[in-house]
Amino acid sequence: MRLVKVGIVVFPGSNCDRDMHHVLRDVFGFDVQYVWHTKPIPAGTDAVVLPGGFSYGDRLRAGAIAAHSPVMSDVRRLASKGTPVLGVCNGFQVLTESGILPGALLVNESLGFMCQWTDLVVENASTPFTSMLRAGQRIPIPIANGEGRYYADEDTVRDLWRGGRVVFRYADGPVNGSVGGIAGICNDDGNVVGMMPHPERAAEYETNPADCGPARMIFESLAGCASAQQISHAGYIGGGERGEARS
Amino acid sequence: MAIMPGFVVTVVIENKQGLSDPEGETILRDLVLKEGRDEANGGGVRDNDGNENGSDGCRISEIKTAKMLRMTVDSQDAESAVRDVRKVCDALHLYNPIVSSVDIAAELARE
Repeated sequence: MRLVKVGIVVFPGSNCDRDMHHVLRDVFGFDVQYVWHTKPIPAGTDAVVLPGGFSYGDRLRAGAIAAHSPVMSDVRRLASKGTPVLGVCNGFQVLTESGILPGALLVNESLGFMCQWTDLVVENASTPFTSMLRAGQRIPIPIANGEGRYYADEDTVRDLWRGGRVVFRYADGPVNGSVGGIAGICNDDGNVVGMMPHPERAAEYETNPADCGPARMIFESLAGCASAQQISHAGYIGGGERGEARS
Repeated sequence: MAIMPGFVVTVVIENKQGLSDPEGETILRDLVLKEGRDEANGGGVRDNDGNENGSDGCRISEIKTAKMLRMTVDSQDAESAVRDVRKVCDALHLYNPIVSSVDIAAELARE
């Protein structure tokens, strides 16, 4: 039984937090807790998830107000220490609005809310959320967003591609006008991943009877990565020289 | 202490040049410049001289949508009001500098 501690940040208006909680705990056996956005992230948290939804009703811009929530200073600190952080949909928007990930999510080119299955292609299979996938592998995962059109200036997009920081792209072209068909990116160190599609809606047979295997690997990757961290942490407690104590 | 005058500060946030604005483009292409409307549906749009848009009158060539915030600000003068509002806009990212530009103007509030 894996009992890796995952914190799910809940903002006013988050609405995929319970789906994420269900998948992480009931399907993959993580030790999951909700973290209200005004509270600190508990010590010993191994990974952080910013779920989808409509924080603050998308007022001003999707993610713009939540980016200033007190919890974001903890998210920023943990992100800089290498803790795996996954932002899904609105969580991705919060990560870009807070500057933890580059670029911005604009209103879809269609101007409509898009809720549909998409095929993604894995571009970077070495993040904590993709290590059990293969580069080039296709993953069916649905999108559900109104502001999902990834945009960054040309230099930033070039750097993302060159640095291997595009994690997922839409297999069949930019469904919503995203530049370069980008569906998910990571930070320089690869530990912070933001993606518009919803893996928690695709990782069970009940919600994805056609092919839930690939999306499951996103969570299996985290489990494998977090277990490795625990082993390293145990080594540290046992008197080893390597590793930093986690807060 | 003197009472500071009230200003109405308008903050207009729009996409930077070069970034597409599908809503503005649609309004222009599919409404303003649309050919073939019959009279019951507005017909041709005429200016004050009776010229149809696109003939001798003014011609609309671009439409950009924007978000506008109107703030009521007590300040010593208009310049300070604009400066202070700009600071707030920058610090709290009321506009996203990656994709948007902002235009800020102040005028004395009416009593």
